[in-house]
Amino acid sequence: MPSLVKDRRRLNRPVLVGAVLAAWVLIWIPTRGLDTLGLSPADLTPLHHWLNDVNDTVGANRNSSPFFLYFVNEIRAAVDSFVTFLQDLIAQPSYGRPVPVLGWLGVVAVVAYLSWAFAGWKPAVLAAAGFVFFGLQGLWEESMDTLALTLGAVVISLLIGIPLGIWAGLSDRFHRLVTPVLDFMQTMPTFVYLAPLTLLFLIGPASATIATLIYAMPPAIRLTAHGIRSVPRSAVEATESLGATGWQKLTGVLLPLSKRTIVLGVNQTIMAALSMVTIAALIDAPGLGKTVIKALQTLDVGTAFNAGLAIVVMAVVLDRVTTAAGDRARRTGRPSRFRRPLLAVFAVAAGVCCYLSYTYFWAAEFPDDVSIGSDLSKGADAVARWAQEDLSTATEALKNAVTYALLNPLEALLVQSPWWLVGAVAVLLAVLLGGVRAAITTAVCVALLIGAGLWQDSMTTLAMTIVATVMVMLLGVLFGVWMGRNRLADRIVRPVLDAGQTMPAFVYLVPFLALFSATRFTAIVAAVVFAAPVAIKIVADGVRAIPAATAEAATAAGSSAWQMITKVQLPMARSSLTLAANQGLIYVLSMVVVGGLVGAGALGYDVVAGFSQGQLYGKGLAAGAAIVVLGIMLDRIARASSPSKGSNHP
Amino acid sequence: MKLLRLTATATLTALALTACGGEKIGETPAAGGSAPAQDCGAFNLAVNPWVGYEANAAVIAYVAEKNLGCKVTKKDLKEEIAWQGFGTGEVDAIVENWGHDDLRKKYIDEQKTAVAAGETGNKGVIGWYVAPWMAAQYPDITDWNNLNKYAEQFKTSESGDKGQLLDGDPSFVTNDEALVKNLKLNYKVVYAGSEAALITAFRQSEAKKTPLIGYFYEPQWFLSELKLVKINLPKYETGCDADAAKIACDYPEYVLDKIVSKKFADANGPAYKLVKAFTWTNDDQNLVAKYISEDKLSADDAAKKWVEANPDKVKAWLAQ
Amino acid sequence: MTTETVISVRDLWKVFGHKAELVPRSDELKALSRRELIERTGCTAAVREVSFDVAPGEVFVVMGLSGSGKSTLVRCLTRLVEPTAGQVVFEGEDILGAGKRRLRELRRHKFSMVFQNFGLLPYRQVIDNVAYGLEIRGATKTQRLRRAREVIELVGLEGYEHSFPDQLSGGMQQRVGLARALAVDPDVLYFDEPFSALDPLIRRDMQNEVIRLHREVGKTMVFITHDLSEALRLGDRILIMRDGRQVQCGTGDELVGAPADDYVRDFVRDVPRASVLTLRWVMREPRPDDVLDGPELGPDVIVRDAVRTVLAADRPVKVVRDGTLLGVVTAEEILTVVTDVEAAA
Repeated sequence: MPSLVKDRRRLNRPVLVGAVLAAWVLIWIPTRGLDTLGLSPADLTPLHHWLNDVNDTVGANRNSSPFFLYFVNEIRAAVDSFVTFLQDLIAQPSYGRPVPVLGWLGVVAVVAYLSWAFAGWKPAVLAAAGFVFFGLQGLWEESMDTLALTLGAVVISLLIGIPLGIWAGLSDRFHRLVTPVLDFMQTMPTFVYLAPLTLLFLIGPASATIATLIYAMPPAIRLTAHGIRSVPRSAVEATESLGATGWQKLTGVLLPLSKRTIVLGVNQTIMAALSMVTIAALIDAPGLGKTVIKALQTLDVGTAFNAGLAIVVMAVVLDRVTTAAGDRARRTGRPSRFRRPLLAVFAVAAGVCCYLSYTYFWAAEFPDDVSIGSDLSKGADAVARWAQEDLSTATEALKNAVTYALLNPLEALLVQSPWWLVGAVAVLLAVLLGGVRAAITTAVCVALLIGAGLWQDSMTTLAMTIVATVMVMLLGVLFGVWMGRNRLADRIVRPVLDAGQTMPAFVYLVPFLALFSATRFTAIVAAVVFAAPVAIKIVADGVRAIPAATAEAATAAGSSAWQMITKVQLPMARSSLTLAANQGLIYVLSMVVVGGLVGAGALGYDVVAGFSQGQLYGKGLAAGAAIVVLGIMLDRIARASSPSKGSNHP
Repeated sequence: MKLLRLTATATLTALALTACGGEKIGETPAAGGSAPAQDCGAFNLAVNPWVGYEANAAVIAYVAEKNLGCKVTKKDLKEEIAWQGFGTGEVDAIVENWGHDDLRKKYIDEQKTAVAAGETGNKGVIGWYVAPWMAAQYPDITDWNNLNKYAEQFKTSESGDKGQLLDGDPSFVTNDEALVKNLKLNYKVVYAGSEAALITAFRQSEAKKTPLIGYFYEPQWFLSELKLVKINLPKYETGCDADAAKIACDYPEYVLDKIVSKKFADANGPAYKLVKAFTWTNDDQNLVAKYISEDKLSADDAAKKWVEANPDKVKAWLAQ
Repeated sequence: MTTETVISVRDLWKVFGHKAELVPRSDELKALSRRELIERTGCTAAVREVSFDVAPGEVFVVMGLSGSGKSTLVRCLTRLVEPTAGQVVFEGEDILGAGKRRLRELRRHKFSMVFQNFGLLPYRQVIDNVAYGLEIRGATKTQRLRRAREVIELVGLEGYEHSFPDQLSGGMQQRVGLARALAVDPDVLYFDEPFSALDPLIRRDMQNEVIRLHREVGKTMVFITHDLSEALRLGDRILIMRDGRQVQCGTGDELVGAPADDYVRDFVRDVPRASVLTLRWVMREPRPDDVLDGPELGPDVIVRDAVRTVLAADRPVKVVRDGTLLGVVTAEEILTVVTDVEAAA
């Protein structure tokens, strides 16, 4: 009986969805322009005023409230001294010396040694080369500041995140509780809490570190929990059947068997922390981000690119080293006979390098006569100028095509519909695709958007988000299938994807602005550059993970390459496609604010303006919350409708 | 074990070699002891994110360090956060403030953590601008009355069937939506969202000879690259901007000034006196800004170059 | 009776789902079929009203198809799964009432378990996997390594002490699992389909290994399987389960000779009856015309072993116990069984 019901629903679903959409357009025609709940950028609602007042109260009480004196200030002091210690160690002149404790030679040696010990030869060579490259770029000190700040944030993230992750892995209740909080931490735009953070934790390394770790901690928690949860049932049961205590179970089975996933969490935390480098620079965080921001003030694409490149290199180095370390964590088997003596020998060598870099100038300060930084800048400048001058006619045409054919109609439909119409359509779609629970979530989200006073801006942003996500998925499928089928392509394209993901958006904003003007399309392109890599990677991995036997069977049946892709690989990678769409969407949403800097207007602009102007603070906060709400709404509908989820609730 | 011995030998050799060749840290006397031993102390200078401001800050910091022996810490902060810093004691001075009546009210009048420290001598102008080629080709465009005639030309994918008025940096107050409405202009305000976006747009407009009208301001280093032409809106008169919704006049001229923290002012140290006395012209600032933005000098080098060329002005600041 | 049973299970229920504890209390719900129960309450009854006793030294097999509840049943016996209702008495103690600490004690010393998917720890060497149970209960390193070596030898894994599990074949991995269970020297060993994941040949080897171990160490064993031939090979007694209920419990020849219902009959249809049935099941009442001076055999002689005698005799063979004539067997009965034509019940 249940299977019959399910079949009927599946059959009718596309038809019903089509009907709802058609009805939407039909009702839209006579009602367009009614009840659109518009609010001009300078106008505020009572809620926004109230949020402003809350913010002011916090600022006014910071010197008298015990919460500040005994709690916040203590945290601030601890974080500050930790990060300052790291800076003194590798980045800043310290302890009365004109240079940091460890000079470039020492840092390179230590990094190479650790990479070798935990990850192997190849990552070690890569790490050493990468770090020397910072010096060659003329960005040694900036890079070390960034490294110190990133490490500080990552260490604190892990200290808090891994225990919480373990808890979430063991307790369903806590897992359910913490998941929305993590969603919130990851989608709430940093701009929104940057200013309050400096009120709470003052200007300086502490605020920058805390801003970074708010964004960087969720992956550590999520992946630790995921690792704990996916430990094979049989190993856990075997341990339980032997009469293990909870602690024995945790240390004997759960942690060792989830080590690899936890290392992946560490890796993701590092990447997330690095992606905050430029934004943290807005509250005086030292390092490469500052160079990027300063360069942006004078539209100096070359200098920004040079610093951005250093961030990319650091990300790639840290990614490869931690990934290799994670792979090694899984490998079993006895280490080679030479490992122990080599560990000792190299430790001595690294120690010597540290001593040299502590004692001699040549090993402490990177020689600046071998700099290639200015050449890199000039090269990037030349490329950017060429693109702006010679490509912009073609890109302008592309922009107009997408805007007029796709974006404007969609936006007209979303923005000019009465709010009750859009709300009804969203809830209906949620019912059809996901069921009652998804519909309730959607209804609450719609109510929150209206309550935030930013309905129209939300709809404008939603239109851009949908277009960007569609483009991300197109690229994801196109490149993902190609890379999944072709190892060589994978190897060539992957570093480009890494760069797209880690290059700070501020670096390419100026060339993009020249190519596409200050428009919504520019914002979409920036989002796609950031979000497509992750979607492509997920699809590629999904295609590659298809069992060889299945592919073999299809080949044996005489499938052409096209049949292979459409009949076997894509359908079988369906769960990957769903995941890619979900992650792509979240990444697109996290670029909404950057979009606000290049002409997207709407929620992104509201957030930026709220960060820049005190009287708009409350509105910016509401806009940030609206972005989170949009994310939750889209995610829940998408997740509920995804085929991988069973639809029967026991 | 053989390997061990080999590495040990190699490192010892390296040690021996470098011991002869390298300059040791700590053997040379610490540099920078030439500054006059004056009791200036620490001076926390906020640096807001635009080049004109950076020029002011560069010169003040340079003079404070070289002539007064202060230990200057520059902090790169957005305005709002810099003002907050007065209260938390982390910022001593802001040396180019554009109006910000709301912040004045909050921090000077209500929280009493900040005080004004006089004008910088620079005049801030905000308005609507077009690229020079447009002004040359359509001379009457500079009169707002003619703007509707050109609306068609300014249409873009963002503005629909109206002309696009590109608004800018969210840090600046804008009355443009009200202006467009009250002057009955057939334009739509599009929010570029950042200074970089505005500058790029004007650059492209001039290079490609594409029509563009947008919000801009001076002093700004970009004007020395491209001399934008200002549109004449109905003249500003005191009080014409009293009701934000009914504004139908040009932006007022901003007298840029300096704001310092109350504590800093009360201490009345040499750094405070310098900040209070500091004043220069738009041309001075544009010059230093040009050093920084176009000649790619560091802030310190740019300040040095200007200070060395203008000893009289610096002397005048220090004399007070 | 209590002195002769190690495990005594009474009216054991395991129901999964919301408010599962109400199901065993309601006579109405108890009577429903599994499917009806799901439709009525959303609960799944995995084990329903199961009762049996296991004697010391016995190999007790629980058999059923997948979904019959047998794996849940064995987990209830060790409380890896918490039973919903009923009684599990282990050596005179109702373990459903045992506290957490007591339960751990029992698991550490009284019973251990071998799993279908081995449940080995991939990052530990064989010897450390085997010693794991001892480590958990706090044995010193020398103690546990000595004991682990003994057990490794017992299961025939000498020379592989320092291998990692993923370097071993499936059969050898399960030997490690077996060794781990034996290392703690439990009173009872539970096997949850331990050999289903193995190749047929290796499976046979491992069954022989269990038979050998049972002979050598004489442990009580509760063995879960879905494979009837395995059940018949190993089990002193067999419990057949279907949809969570026990269908029949008895020795192999009882199941084959007197299936309780069509389900069991279907099950045992393909069993080579001659090698399972004893004469008790094939003999007939002596007829008046039978000549009763032929050779004598006991009722528990397996048909296969009686073939030669019966066929060689020119008159009916008498089935005799303690001098009493139970019945007779002739070539006709023997051939019916050997050619596997189903005897009329």
